Amino acid sequence: MRAILAFAAVVAVVPLLVSSNVALNFLVFTMIIALAAQGWNLLGGYGGQYSFGHAAFFGTGAYLTAILQVRFGLNSYPAFAAGIALAALVGLAIGSLAFRSGLKGSYFALVTLAFAEVFRVLANAAQVTGGAAGILIRLQQDPANFQFAERGTFLWVAGTMVTLALMATLALERSRLGAQLVAVRENEAAAQALGVDVLAVKLRTITLSAAMTGAAGGLYAQYFLYLDANIAYGTWISVEALLAPIVGGAGTVFGPVLGAVLLHAIAEATRMIAGRIPGIDLVAFGIVLILVVRFPPRDIPGLLRRWRR
Amino acid sequence: MTGTGPDPAFLAVRGVTKRFGGLIAVNDATLNVAEGSITGLIGPNGAGKTTLFAVIAGFEKPTAGLVLLEGEDITGRRPHELARMGLARTFQIVQPFAGLTVRENIAVGAFLRETKRGAALAAAERVAERVGLADQLDKPAAALTVAGRKRLEVARALATRPKLLLLDEVLAGLNPSEIRDIVPVIRAIRDGGVTVLMIEHVMQAVMDLCEAVHVLAQGRIICSGSPAEVVAAPAVVEAYLGHGAAKRLQGAADA
Repeated sequence: MRAILAFAAVVAVVPLLVSSNVALNFLVFTMIIALAAQGWNLLGGYGGQYSFGHAAFFGTGAYLTAILQVRFGLNSYPAFAAGIALAALVGLAIGSLAFRSGLKGSYFALVTLAFAEVFRVLANAAQVTGGAAGILIRLQQDPANFQFAERGTFLWVAGTMVTLALMATLALERSRLGAQLVAVRENEAAAQALGVDVLAVKLRTITLSAAMTGAAGGLYAQYFLYLDANIAYGTWISVEALLAPIVGGAGTVFGPVLGAVLLHAIAEATRMIAGRIPGIDLVAFGIVLILVVRFPPRDIPGLLRRWRR
Repeated sequence: MTGTGPDPAFLAVRGVTKRFGGLIAVNDATLNVAEGSITGLIGPNGAGKTTLFAVIAGFEKPTAGLVLLEGEDITGRRPHELARMGLARTFQIVQPFAGLTVRENIAVGAFLRETKRGAALAAAERVAERVGLADQLDKPAAALTVAGRKRLEVARALATRPKLLLLDEVLAGLNPSEIRDIVPVIRAIRDGGVTVLMIEHVMQAVMDLCEAVHVLAQGRIICSGSPAEVVAAPAVVEAYLGHGAAKRLQGAADA
């Protein structure tokens, strides 16, 4: 809990000290990724159900937030809330189909990927989403519209959302659901024998997980004010959402934030140093990933512990 | 005894058959477990004991037959529902939550009856005390010895506060001194009000602990009775040592 408050304090101070738009942009984007990744972490990190399709939730949160404002003239805040709710519902629906049929491991990953891709194709073709041209939220910089003239203000908002997600994760970790979830990850049969309703635990978790990642999508829409199918439902966000926790420490409260900040800092740094070589940031990304996977325990905190010894 | 009428037995298995394709693992098995008893289930390897356990605990649906707990039909109920009703099992091949500590492992069981983390952890400590794991609470489960893992299996099951505990070979793989240590633990569990049905190969422990024993061979219950009756029964001797063995042994004893 102290670490979470420290994190909140840092996020609160940064906009007062940093004025560079590039830096603030980077931080807001990293916070959005961290939030999406925290969603993945609940299901994948704590529950051991590796989704490769969290774009389905991110995109649903983003699109509904945008569509309700642009097509139905709703205020941004209820639109954002509705986006989170629909993302949660989509999570429950995909979970019901996948977990009821007993899909696990790579089969579950493939099915979630397939759902995200179907959504992407549909969003690219549908009228309501603006099709391939995408959807633009009108620029009206007013806190009443969930739009802010200062990037620093948005960093506060995004940082607050991440703080709430961290607190929710910590609460989950200490709850009965959290204990049962970890038990399901470690050994399903043993969990069942101890009275854990495995299906119910998985469904509750995927719903929470989808809501959190959906919130990240809604934030994205409000910050960038533009969406198309490849942004909202693109594979990039599914990958970001799982990479950050895996690098930072899956099944830990701070793993996703740590991973998101580290990965994007490294990518940003390499771009600055060797910016003339195209794709060099992705190379750095790849090297970090290889290091993390090569040396167990397979995350950054684990690596640090090894090196200290 | 056949039929589905009210049954005085605490746990009653009535004509249970379980087929896997062409293989009949359990064939028309019927047995009773009296409330407050330690009842043994023995039989040669491959007799179907673990399958019968899986059917009782809801991990497998029987092809035919009924399972009754305190007269209530529980056939085909899912494992977590049965755990809630007070039926707990351990696994022959231990299934620890390897990444968790001993305390966290047991707490998963305790969370069945407790909603708060503090209460579940406290309950886990009390259970650890009962099975002799109190000094290993903070160890990762993966670091336990075989005997420790067996105790952990029992502890987790106990933490669900069962009425009926199914123990699947908790003594297998232990050395004689470890067995001597764990036998009183099992007796204490029963004395604490938990009915125990145990699969066991260690006959010395079966003779010591059990009031009644059922013998399963090739999927059938071939003999039921007190431990002394059962080991003396020709059908049981033949199930273990082959056809005609009882006669030959008798002949050797008479000669």
